[in-house]
Formats: sequence, C-alpha cells, structure tokens
Amino acid sequence: MACKLCGPKLSLCGLVLSVWGIIQLTLMGVFYFNGAVALLEDLPLGENHHSIEDFVAEVKNGYSQNAYNCWIAALLYVITLVISGHQFWMNNRSSVSM
Amino acid sequence: MFRSEEMVLCQLFVQPEAAYVSMYELGEAGIAQFRDLNPHVNDFQRRYVTEVRRCNEMERKLRWVSGELPEPPPPPKPSPRVLTPREINILEERIDYIESEIQEITKNAQNLKTDYLALIELKLLIEKTQTFFQDHSAHRKISASVQIYNNDGALGHLGFIAGVVATARVPSFERMLWRISHGNIFFKQAQIDEPLKDPVTSHELQKTVFVVFFHGEQIKLRVKKVCNGFQATLYPCPATYKEQQDMLAGIESRIKDLEMVLEQTEQHRRLVLANIARDISTWMVVVRKEKAIYHTLNMFSMDIVKKCLIAECWVPRCDLHILQKALDNGVKASGSPIPSILHHVPTLEIPPTYNRTNKFTRGFQTLIDSYGIASYREVNPALYTIITFPFLFAVMFGDMGHGLIMTAFAAILVIFEKKFAKNKTDNEIWNIFFGGRYIILLMGIFSVYTGLIYNDIFSKSLNIFGSSWQNVYDEGTLRNYSTFELDPKDAYTKTPYPLGIDPAWQFAANNIIFLNSFKMKLSIIFGVLHMAFGVTLSVVNFNFFKKAELIFLQYIPQILFLLLLFWYLCILMFMKWIMYSADATDNALGTSCAPSVLIIFINMMLLKESTAKGSCKPFMYDGQEIIQNIFLAIAFLCIPIMLFGKPVYQIMAAKKQKRGGVEGGAGGAGAGGAGGAAGEALGEALITQAIHTIEYVLGAVSHTASYLRLWALSLAHAQLSAVLWQRLLKIGLGGGSPVNAILLYILFAAWAFFTLAILVLMEGLSAFLHTLRLHWVEFMSKFYEGQGYAFLPFSFSVILEADEVDIKEKPNGGPPE
Repeated sequence: MACKLCGPKLSLCGLVLSVWGIIQLTLMGVFYFNGAVALLEDLPLGENHHSIEDFVAEVKNGYSQNAYNCWIAALLYVITLVISGHQFWMNNRSSVSM
Repeated sequence: MFRSEEMVLCQLFVQPEAAYVSMYELGEAGIAQFRDLNPHVNDFQRRYVTEVRRCNEMERKLRWVSGELPEPPPPPKPSPRVLTPREINILEERIDYIESEIQEITKNAQNLKTDYLALIELKLLIEKTQTFFQDHSAHRKISASVQIYNNDGALGHLGFIAGVVATARVPSFERMLWRISHGNIFFKQAQIDEPLKDPVTSHELQKTVFVVFFHGEQIKLRVKKVCNGFQATLYPCPATYKEQQDMLAGIESRIKDLEMVLEQTEQHRRLVLANIARDISTWMVVVRKEKAIYHTLNMFSMDIVKKCLIAECWVPRCDLHILQKALDNGVKASGSPIPSILHHVPTLEIPPTYNRTNKFTRGFQTLIDSYGIASYREVNPALYTIITFPFLFAVMFGDMGHGLIMTAFAAILVIFEKKFAKNKTDNEIWNIFFGGRYIILLMGIFSVYTGLIYNDIFSKSLNIFGSSWQNVYDEGTLRNYSTFELDPKDAYTKTPYPLGIDPAWQFAANNIIFLNSFKMKLSIIFGVLHMAFGVTLSVVNFNFFKKAELIFLQYIPQILFLLLLFWYLCILMFMKWIMYSADATDNALGTSCAPSVLIIFINMMLLKESTAKGSCKPFMYDGQEIIQNIFLAIAFLCIPIMLFGKPVYQIMAAKKQKRGGVEGGAGGAGAGGAGGAAGEALGEALITQAIHTIEYVLGAVSHTASYLRLWALSLAHAQLSAVLWQRLLKIGLGGGSPVNAILLYILFAAWAFFTLAILVLMEGLSAFLHTLRLHWVEFMSKFYEGQGYAFLPFSFSVILEADEVDIKEKPNGGPPE
C-alpha cells in the first residue's frame, strides 16, 4: 500500500516499543484509576491546601487525569503499533519476494 | 553431570579396507578422540597423503564453482549412506568435468565480450571521428589533404591514426606524443560518455577516442610505439564519409549478431550452474567428511607384520558399544574375513574430561569451563551453577519490571530457537545472546522473584496485600507538619506483610538506611552459605579419590574455621532480628539497645572488653564472652592442623612404606635414596600446604566481605531505576489532558530506551560479571582443581561447523590449504 518509511530494524524497534508501551501504559492507567498509593508522588499537586477535603479532592482529580493521560498515550501507541507492524510486514515481504 | 565421565583408552586393530566405513560411523557418532601415533612423521610422508590431496583438489574446485553461482546454494541434504571408494572416484571425475566445462564457458564468454567491446569501441570511434573530419573551417583543409594522402600516397600531406585509450591516461599520453614528435603532431580527443565494461574483470572503464594527425613515416612509427606503451587500442578508420558509413553498417550488424550469441552463452551458463546448485552442498559435505576421515586415518600406525592399522583412542565407557558396532559394520561392509579387534588398555595417563551436556546445561558448563576444565572425574560445579548463578544474579538485579523484560526476551529466543539456529550469522553479540538463552531465561525468572521480594517494579512498590503500617496521627497534626515518624510500637499492625518488603517503605526517608542493613546481612548470610557449600564439595572429591584422611586433615579444620567465625556472625544477625523489638517490655531488648553485630564481631576477634551503657546489657546473651573465646580458640587451633596436617601425614606414610620396604629386603642404599627424595618432596609439600592454608584463611575473611557486592549492586540498581523514573517519566505524568498525553507518549519512549540501555543491558552485564566472579573466585577456589583437558572427539558435526566459519572468512576461490 504505502511506501517504506523505515528499514527493518527501525520498524522492529517500533513494534517492540509499542507493545511494551501499550501494556505498561494501560496497566498504569488502571492503577491510577484505582488510586494506587505508590503512584502518589507523581501527581501534580499544589503546595498549600485549606483542608483535608480540598487535598483529597485534588488527589482524586489528579489520579483520574493521569489515568486518562496514560490511556490516551496507550492509544497513541496502538497507532504506532499499527504503523510499525505495517512497515515490518512490508520490509519482510519485500525481502522475500525479491 | 555430577562429575565427568569415565574414559577408557582403547586400542583398535582394523583392516585397511574396513577402516574407512568404521571411521565414517565413528565420525557420525562423535564418541572417540584419536591420538596421533605418528607424531614425528611429516605431513607429506603419511600413508594417505594422496587421498588427502585429492580431497583438497575436489574441495577447491567445488568452492570455485560455488563462487561462480549467482546466489548461495541450497543447504545440503542429509545422506546417511557412506560412499564407497568407487563412488568417490565417480564423484571426483564428475567434479573435474563440471569445473572444466564452466571454465570453458567462462573463457568463451570472455572472448566474446572482448570482441564485443572492440566492436563497440570501433563504432564509437567512427561516430566521434566523423565530427573531427567534418569540423569547422580550420579543419577542412585537413580532410582535404587527408583524402589526397590516402588516395595517392603523395608526400607533404597528413596521415592519421585513430584509437581508443583509457581516460585517466589521456593527459600523459598527449604529453608523451608531444615530446616524441617535437610538437609536430595534432591531437584530437573526445571522451566516450558511458563507461564500457571490461570483459575480464567486469569493471567499468572510462575511455576516450583520439585521433593523432602527423606528417611522415618516422613519426607514424613513433606514435605507434607510444600507443602500444599506453595500451591504446588502434583501429583502422576510413577517411571518407562514405567508407565510414559502410563500415558503420557492417559493424552494427556484427554487433547485433554478437549480442545474440552472448545472450545465449549467458543463458547456457546459467542453466549449467542451476543444475549444479542443487547438489553442490551435498558434494561439499561428502568431500569434507572424506578429508576428515583420511586425516584421522593418517594418525593410525601401520603394523607391517599383521598387515593391519592400529589406532589409539579415548572413549567414554558408556559409548564402548557404539565403537564396537562401528568396527563390526566396517568389517561387514568391506567383506573382509578378518574381524577388527577392540582392546582396552589400562593406563596411568590422565584421560580427558568429558561432561555430557544437552542444550540447556551446555551454557552453564561453558561458563565453568571458561575458568578451567575440571580435572578428570572431579566434582563438576556446573550442576549447581544452574541454580546458584541465576539466584545470585537476581539478588543483584532485583527488579520485577526489568526481570520481566529479560524473561520475555529469552522466552522469544527459546521458543523460536530452531528458526534462529538456522541463520548462521557472524554477529558475535547475537551469537553470545543466543548461546546463553537458557541462562538469560533463568536469570529473568529469578529476577522477577527477587523483584517480588524487594517489592520493586520499575522503582515503584506493589501493594498486593495491604500495608502493615498505619496512620497514628490526627488530622490537625497532619496539616501542620510535613514529615512524620512512625514508631513501630504504635504504627505497626503486628502482622507482617506476607511476601516481600512492605510497600510503605517506598515513601520513607530512611528507606535506604533500612534496606542497607537488611541487604548487607542478607549478602553475608548468602555468602557464608555459598562458601560452606563449596568447602563441603571437597569432601565429595576426597571420598571419590579415596583420600579419607584429608577429610580430617583438611575439610574439618577448614569448615570449622569458616563456621565458627562467620556462621557465628550470621547467627548473631538472626538473634538480633529475633530478640530485639520495638515493643519489648525489657528496655535492654528495646530498639535503642540493639547492638551492632559488626562491632561485636570485631571485639570478639580483638579480644576486647565490652562495657554496659545505660540500661543496655554488654552482651546479647549470657555466657557470650566464654562461647566467643572458645570459638576463637578452636578456629585458631584449626590453622596449624591445616598447615601441618597433610605434610605430616605424608611423612608418616612414607616412613611406613620405607619400613615395609626395608623389612621386605630392599637395600639400604635404596632406602637412603628414597629418604633423600622424600626430604625434598616434604619441603615442597610443606610450602604448597602453607600457601593453601594462607590462601584459605585470608580468603575466608576477604571473600566474605566480597559477597557484600550483592548489596552494593542491588542498591545501585534500585537507585538508578528511581532516578530514571523521577527525572524522565515523572515529567510526563502531571498536567492537563491532551498536551500532556503527547508529552507522556514521547517521554515514555525515551524512558523505555534508557531503561533498556542502562538498566537492563549495562546493569545486567555488570551483575552477570560480578556473579561470574563470585562463582569463579569465591566459590570454586574452595574445592576446584581445574587442571584437566577437554575431550575433543572426532566428530563430523564439529568439523563441518568449523569449516563453515573458515569459509566465511576466506574469500571463495582462495588458494588451497
């Protein structure tokens, strides 16, 4: 279909990276959605809070935002997987049918 | 794999006719290592030198032919049948015929191409010179005078010579012509645009057409000589336009004919090569096997009287039946009435060391053999390395995420190993990774386990079971302060986290201090266990080699020294973990009184007094001082036993022998001589034993400390992992929706790259190296001798593989060996 954008090595790299990215970012999104305490330090929190409820609300907001970010990035990696897979398949096919 | 196999030295008596078939079967089986019985004979004076030469010739021809093939030939078909000498003769003739046929075709093609090139050059020459002769007014005079010269041969007019020369030489060519003719020539040139193909080398050449106009016969001769010197080809070029056109027409038709002939020749050549390509690999294998057989047959010695060949070989005892069967098959195939004889030779020579391995254990055996081949029938450390190596690696690597990556990579290598084994590459790094795929798989699995224990996945902890620490502060305190202390007396729920380090520790500021203490103690415990295991393996050796006295003179003192000092240290560590607690009622057993185990140990070695501080007790348990002194005394008593035990035993054994010899009637001179020799041997034995003892005693201390690298590397790994996450991935994990997702997408790729490059590859290689060192030095120095030599059987698979490597390095059609 389309032209070859990258050689066999780059497409294999992209393939591996996309698979890893999808798995890890999806899992990270799930953990953020469930409010895993281990990921608390990565949240964008302000310095001063007026009350505990304020703090808790901001934490919950941060968690869900990060979860959505992770899932969007995982989606971008799905696109990368499709492109890399297509390139890899095209590279393999052209080297065989020579 | 517990110890190397028992080897038997065999003598074979074979008839020459039966020898070939027997050797073929032995080569396929790969069980016998033959000894060269003609070491002083020149290669050219051996018995089968003509056969070897013949095989070399055939191999050279086959290699040349496969170099002529347009693409690599298909792999050889396995042929189980052994070829008789008559069939080999037929094969040799066929190879000869093929080689001469291909050479002839190639020569013909070259001749045709040379003719073709000449015709093309002539055509281009005529086309270009047409422009010379029909040029502007300045040259019209020339053409007129030229025509007159050619028609009449009258004097006073110009002649010319036309030809083609390589473009690179044109300037010097022109200068030379100028010099020899004293400037009396006129030189015109025009470069041919497309390069022409040289028929022999098929390089592309740039050529230039030239015409030299001169006056007189003398200059013509000189010009011709210069043209010869510069390898310019001269062509007869007609002067008149009409003649030129006629010539061109003739050349065109000849060129067309020649092109057709060339194409047909090329097609014929390709057909011949295609026919050969199918079989050439099989023939190559057959020829190489034959050469190997004759090389080995050259090592046999010929018994003139009995008219048979004698061979000596080392064979594993379990494979003797294969050897017998091979000999019987040879006799059967040759139809000789005289059977081959297999004869065991009892010998005092040291046999080679042979460990039978499969694809899984081969990697670990290679790791051990790289340090030194085991002595004959010594206990083989490779068996235990299968588990201890990945385990010690994992203690240093300890991250679930990186372990998963390693396991996934190794799993792919193992699952597709048949496909990967087929492509033989020269890429050293790939071959190393592929050869060690089972080692990497085990290392990855163990790393996942230790990652679970350290509770570390990409520097974050998993909270699977719920933390055992709880919050004890109220909301007011939480709001006003930023750092808090959780005293285990109040904040600990009294039920420990079931598996691994509690996830609460990842937020602790004293995380590293706590883990340091834990990992250091762990490293010492593993180290002492590993070393004690190594020392105990020497008992297996003493038992097997029937040196039971050494168990008492060497093993017992060694193990007592190690255990009484360093295992006592480990016991103190266990006691400290159990006895002291945050909610102890007795203050002496509380957290502030927990002693430093290291200080206790140092005080024990230096016989220092220990004083009570405050309400803490000076010692951990009653009677500690007495027990420690007793242990120290026994350990120090072990040192002279280690130093003098074995040499004194040897003296006493020698004396007993001498006494027995004297009573048996041996001469006094003989006894005196034996006494003198024994005195020298005693000195040497004392020195050797002193070296061993010093090595062991000092090594016990230094090697125990050396195991602390288990702690050091795991700390470095954890910190690198944390830094990578905090400095790289964390940036992408904060902020509003759309833009940050793209940032996260990019940063994840960067984080993944650095994780692979630094944490998996670099740290993995580092931990691998340290684990290897721990095995080679700290573990194997306690029992391993490693003075053996490897068993290298006569095996076709080994020889063919070695040849493959050779072929790739040497160019095809290189000089014969």
